[in-house]
Amino acid sequence: MTDITRMTATQIAELVASGETSAVEVTRAHLDRIAAVDGQVNAFLHVDSEGALAAAREVDARRSAGEELGPLAGVPVAVKDVLTTKGVPTTVGSKILEGWRPPYDSTIVQRLRAAGTVMLGKTNMDEFAMGSSTEYSAYGPTRNPWDTDRIPGGSGGGSAAALAAYEAPLAIGSDTGGSIRQPGAVTGTVGAKPTYGGTSRYGLVAFSSSLDTPGPCARTVLDAALLHEAIGGHDPRDSTSIPAPVPDVVAAAKLGATGDLSGVRLGIVSEFAGEGAEPGVLAAFHEAVDTLTKLGAEIVEVSCPHFRYALPAYYLIAPSECSSNLARFDGVRFGLRVGDDGNRSLEEVMSLTREAGFGAEVKRRIMIGTYALSSGYYDAYYGQAQKVRTLITRDFTAAFERVDALISPTTPFVAFPLGARTSDPYQMYLADLFTIPTNLYGGPGISVPCGLSDGLPVGLQVMAPTMADDRMYRVAAALESAVGTLTPPQL
Amino acid sequence: MTTTLPAYDEVVARYEPVIGLETHVELGTNTKMWCGCPTDFGGEPNTRVCPVCLGLPGSLPVANKAAIEATIRIGLALNCSIAQWCRFARKNYFYPDMPKNFQISQYDEPLCFDGYLDVEVNGETVRIGIERVHLEEDTGKTLHVGGATGRIHGATESLVDYNRAGIPLVEIVTKPIPGTGALAPEVARAYVTELRDVLRSLGVSDVRMEEGSLRCDVNTSLNLPGEEWGTRTETKNVNSLRSVERAVRSEMLRQASVLDAGGRITQETRHFHEDTGDTTPGRSKETATDYRYFPEPDLVPLAPDPAWVAELKAALPELPRLHRRRLQQAWGLSDADMQSVLNAGAVELIEETVAAGATPAAARKWWLGELSRRANETGVELAEVGATPAQVAELQGLVDAGKLNDKLARAVLEGVVAGEGSPTEIMGARGLEVVSDTGALTAAVDEAIAANPEIAEKIRSGKVAAAGALVGAVMKTTRGQADAKTVRELILTRLS
Repeated sequence: MTDITRMTATQIAELVASGETSAVEVTRAHLDRIAAVDGQVNAFLHVDSEGALAAAREVDARRSAGEELGPLAGVPVAVKDVLTTKGVPTTVGSKILEGWRPPYDSTIVQRLRAAGTVMLGKTNMDEFAMGSSTEYSAYGPTRNPWDTDRIPGGSGGGSAAALAAYEAPLAIGSDTGGSIRQPGAVTGTVGAKPTYGGTSRYGLVAFSSSLDTPGPCARTVLDAALLHEAIGGHDPRDSTSIPAPVPDVVAAAKLGATGDLSGVRLGIVSEFAGEGAEPGVLAAFHEAVDTLTKLGAEIVEVSCPHFRYALPAYYLIAPSECSSNLARFDGVRFGLRVGDDGNRSLEEVMSLTREAGFGAEVKRRIMIGTYALSSGYYDAYYGQAQKVRTLITRDFTAAFERVDALISPTTPFVAFPLGARTSDPYQMYLADLFTIPTNLYGGPGISVPCGLSDGLPVGLQVMAPTMADDRMYRVAAALESAVGTLTPPQL
Repeated sequence: MTTTLPAYDEVVARYEPVIGLETHVELGTNTKMWCGCPTDFGGEPNTRVCPVCLGLPGSLPVANKAAIEATIRIGLALNCSIAQWCRFARKNYFYPDMPKNFQISQYDEPLCFDGYLDVEVNGETVRIGIERVHLEEDTGKTLHVGGATGRIHGATESLVDYNRAGIPLVEIVTKPIPGTGALAPEVARAYVTELRDVLRSLGVSDVRMEEGSLRCDVNTSLNLPGEEWGTRTETKNVNSLRSVERAVRSEMLRQASVLDAGGRITQETRHFHEDTGDTTPGRSKETATDYRYFPEPDLVPLAPDPAWVAELKAALPELPRLHRRRLQQAWGLSDADMQSVLNAGAVELIEETVAAGATPAAARKWWLGELSRRANETGVELAEVGATPAQVAELQGLVDAGKLNDKLARAVLEGVVAGEGSPTEIMGARGLEVVSDTGALTAAVDEAIAANPEIAEKIRSGKVAAAGALVGAVMKTTRGQADAKTVRELILTRLS
């Protein structure tokens, strides 16, 4: 039999359902793979072997008992360490939560369990999801399986690298400014950011509440759609969750896989043409555009004049919300506590804890956000950024009157070497230039591999209207059917 | 500090006070504002908590509809406009009893705004403007252990109980109230009293100041006539109706003494001390935290359906003031008599006694007479004296039926208060019923006539007034259980 770890989630689920293999066997194969290669990749912060095997045994027992299994039963999944897992360490890549074992499961994790998936462990990330390279993790960087001297993207570099290293067939990420799509692009995997409110944030440790969106990561578009379907849908515990059924993303992925895009109009954002993107990325993108045309899609150029203000607006809104969201990390109720020696005041202990527990990038954003929200500056910064957000939403709405979906390169550059952008925050922020507008708008976006540049993966992004997540799956699956999946060199 | 304070009369002759009140009301909803934890008072520390009200990473709030409904009803009862669309906001500041280090509150978009409440002071109606009524969450409670003051400074340990964290809290803010002059303290008290009665009539809170479910902050400033309003102070920790009045008065006197000495008032928070009646400075507002308010991104905007609001408005109970006025008319009471009923806290008791069948006069007689006397003696509230309106009505029914006379009725009431049962049961058990069996009475009368031949002769010769002595004798032999009127008639019949 082929190596289980090379299979898609769809294939694994079929084998488990038919009894050709057991969930326990599947899980052992992946745990073995993690043991073999994660030393080079550092995708996982915590591997829950016992929990995974227990979950796998339960799936096998249910199958033996003749119960009908869901479409992902017995499939291992890696979960970004931003989601709470009952009794299993959750650090958000930060020292401030080192050793914290949450007393509750996030909604996404509950749904993963209900779907019979097997959680392997928690994946590495930039601290509090702030970063684009996973170098800002307090637990060391994750490395790109395509070239371990390069970054795997971020903040969800751990989830993307786990897929590319065949440590897991499925993973969960969270996307605030591109943290699912950009790592997907630079690791040659698929990453989808659902419509904001289409997936529950309950149990997602908040960075920026109005932007954070958990979503699926996989090696194929169909696998991503299956995972999306399993975790998506209304959650009464999240007030911002949309009370509507999940768009039929699985059917859309299957339709797209037929390779027919006739009747589909795709828009290229003229403001993104050439701006800041590497020549190799642009070349791969244009080649993909030709492919899409051959598949029957009609390509038009659309102008979204306010997209150029997306990055600055994002870097006011997200830090503002984070400055408030991260206030609760004070050493009083959970996580790290520093300086509580009986001689220091409560205020000093809170201050020392935060000083020791947060990394430089997190502190930078807390300070920017605190400033942007402060009295006398609010209107000029946070207020103004919200207006820009409205204008960007209008750009999207106007564009979607003309086209079914928008396309762009996912990120301006391929995986860069470790350390190349850590000294200049702005250079790091540019990684999310093309992904951020979608977050500000709240619509869905997906990154799908579209080719290589100097032997490194390039991703194409499809952006769709809110609650039309199915459209992007169709386009992505069609491109995948023509381009194929990308296979990294052996580790 | 031992500054001699000026006399109150002199202060109000020189200065004009402006007051304002901020009242916090813990709603009596079954569950907390953002989660399903119970809200009952008491409970072991940190047992009524969950990831949401502990602010654990990843948790999210979901607004309690019952709390929103209660807030709208409060707004409507206070004649406010109800926002068609508004948002919650985060108020950011660090304090260990705030699990998230921000409080979900409302800022520039309150749910209810621009209303008023009419209160009566010395027979005059004063209209108090209501600035806003908004909904927020309560904090936990911090206990500072060690150190002399019980305050955070000097404490060796701080213990936090989060049972209260996340209980829905409504803040009601008045507009500034100028022009009340010497009556300012009484107006403040009358407002809080009236507000408490309104909240109670709505059934939205148990409004117990001593348990902290109704808390009051009092703003006070003084200015010279014709000049701009002065700098205000905010007095916190005002935990009884009496304290509201005392706090305003005390702060007026203190500010006057500062101004008289040529000083200026610092804008600050002050703490009221129940024992001394003084205020002492708390944190200064000049160095106050910047709360960095911004719309709460974890919650969706509130947009109450106008039809629902109209329904709530139509279903509001009669407001206490109007209700009282209606009762006064129905009971035929003078203003002074009504006032004594109010002072005794007997309005509802009398109302319920009347509803149970007694006449207003009889009900008022029992509650303001015998029962008030007992309540005073034992130092309890009239409502807790041990008799219910239904029992009082039943007692009066026995009197009206001639089964009890006044003296016997008081004895029965004693049994009721002692918890011996219903008036009818006690009457039976103690054998207190009026003897109305004429056969038995005739025997007693004949016995009395035989024993007092001289008095009997006087009566026979027409001195009817002498019958009283024989009545007394009969009452004595029947241990007070005879109906004096019947006895008298019998005597006169036998001797005619």
